[in-house]
Amino acid sequence: MSRQYLIRRLLIAIPALFGISVVLFGVLAMAPGDPFEELATNPAVPPEVRQALRAKFGLDDPIWQRYLHWLWAMLQGDWGFSFTSRMDVDTLILQRLPTTLIVIGSSQIIAIIIAIPIGVLAATKPYSVFDQIANTIAFIGFSLPTFFTGLLLILLFSIQLDWLPFVYRADIPGSGLPWLWEHIKQSIMPVMVLGLFQGASLVRYVRSAVLDVIKLDYVTTARSKGIGERKVITKHVVRNALIPVVTLVALQMPIVFGGAIVTEQIFRVPGIGSLLISAMLSNDTPVVMGVTFVFACLVILFNLIADILYGWLDPRIAFR
Amino acid sequence: MAGSTPASLSAETPAPVAAARSTPRFSPAADAWRRFRRHRLAVVSLGVLATLILAILLGPLIWRVPINEIDFAAKLQGPSLKHPLGTDDLGQDLLARLLYGGRISLAVGLAAMVVAVSVGVLVGAIAGMASGRVDAALMWLTDLFLSLPQLPLLLLVIYLFRDKLKGVMGAEGGTFLLIILIIGGLRWMPVARLVRAQFLSLREKEFVEAARALGASRSRLVVRHILPNALGPVIVAGTIDVAAAILAESTLSFLGLGFPPDIPTWGRVLFDAKDYLDIAPHWALFPGAAIFLAVLTINFIGDGLRDALDPRRVIG
Repeated sequence: MSRQYLIRRLLIAIPALFGISVVLFGVLAMAPGDPFEELATNPAVPPEVRQALRAKFGLDDPIWQRYLHWLWAMLQGDWGFSFTSRMDVDTLILQRLPTTLIVIGSSQIIAIIIAIPIGVLAATKPYSVFDQIANTIAFIGFSLPTFFTGLLLILLFSIQLDWLPFVYRADIPGSGLPWLWEHIKQSIMPVMVLGLFQGASLVRYVRSAVLDVIKLDYVTTARSKGIGERKVITKHVVRNALIPVVTLVALQMPIVFGGAIVTEQIFRVPGIGSLLISAMLSNDTPVVMGVTFVFACLVILFNLIADILYGWLDPRIAFR
Repeated sequence: MAGSTPASLSAETPAPVAAARSTPRFSPAADAWRRFRRHRLAVVSLGVLATLILAILLGPLIWRVPINEIDFAAKLQGPSLKHPLGTDDLGQDLLARLLYGGRISLAVGLAAMVVAVSVGVLVGAIAGMASGRVDAALMWLTDLFLSLPQLPLLLLVIYLFRDKLKGVMGAEGGTFLLIILIIGGLRWMPVARLVRAQFLSLREKEFVEAARALGASRSRLVVRHILPNALGPVIVAGTIDVAAAILAESTLSFLGLGFPPDIPTWGRVLFDAKDYLDIAPHWALFPGAAIFLAVLTINFIGDGLRDALDPRRVIG
């Protein structure tokens, strides 16, 4: 992969980030409600003071000036102050971010582990019984909303069987192996909910990607050389079929974050998703904006990673 | 024909009849239906979904229990003859609530799909016809929207605009309008890409050129010649959009940020039920199953329609 390709990709990411920041700021600026509304109705505050405050915080500036001002503050990490948590928004988000990334990361790994073997097997025998069963289960998998699977798992494993805790705790006492085991136990359900949902849609992508590759001439060549079927599939077909799948995994990220918000809310995982919901329910606007901005940045970051991986896996792309 | 002799006419007429007998002709719609019927699960889904819709439309006429009749003596009861799906924590009848909520959930799904498909067709058609700088700009916008984090943005807009719209249009109408606009406004991109791709290939086809040579105006070209031929994949995408919109609305309501509590959409009922899972599991199971059933059947129908309408996917 050439350095040129890398630089070009990075340059594409910047306008995207810029565009998203414009959308976010636009939504915020168009929103009804004035932060100084309370002062306006308060008779103890004279209008001159209110005007001075507005001028001080730049509320009367033209909109592009306010946007640049806001963008500059966001870039510097000055994201405001959370009124409900009594701390800076960026520290608050940084505290919560690792949990979310761990849950999302492990659920993606689960999804890939489930989807690749099933998708490949289904594609090697298209329209067989196995393929049809896999396809039907995949359909059920991504038609089951994550909030419903979450509740079903809680009902089964926490209430009926009493195997797993249904509230995620960040402050489990102890150390060593028992501590790790407790952490794994409480993560199983949130990770599975997300992983199964993702896996279900990935199976279909893997299947169609393998089907696209399996008919190509070079696969026939490999077969006609007398290479065993298993080796043809693993060494020749899957390797090339997985290249578009990598991109799809990254392009699905916006959906994954949506799922993460829901799962974190169900299992009370202290990540940024549940932070977003609780901030909305308590009208904590700086936190809401901050978390949305982080989600947007993460989506762009994953798109960038997907493109770079794509260029690395398939050098033809980099020369286009 | 006027100049032809009777002899040749009688010689010509039997031929098409014989041809029709040996290879039956289908109209495009009948042909699509024939291919759709081969997808067994799609046909079953069509039946299930039709039953569900009928129940939602006609159910309240037969099951005349009011949705907000509070009866503390009968709270959190499981299914019984008096309450076929049980009751919630205020003793309200769940069957009546789910029938009413289903109307709203499905209406949101359909309306949001209409928004998404209209915007998508418009953007895609303009990009596909204009090409050049307009096309590039619109596609950049499409890509930008595709890389937005959907659910966080959905939540953000609803969070910021909810109270204002409620004041203007009332709780029910305002929330409904806001939700369909936002869900539709964040889901048009795949349709736009599809339509653009179709336009790019269709506008170079001979029949379009023929129409242009006959002096058809640009708008007539688009509306009469190109758009009808691009519609197959759009119908498929639109069907799946209905399912996605139902899911999105349920998710919003489940997070407590969708419809207000007095409007029992399926997601909202689930939100209220989730804290009573241990004592009243039926309360959560029925609305969850309803959402699942609606989404699953619509997805299967979409899959069947893809086999029927999308020429690229037709295998035999």
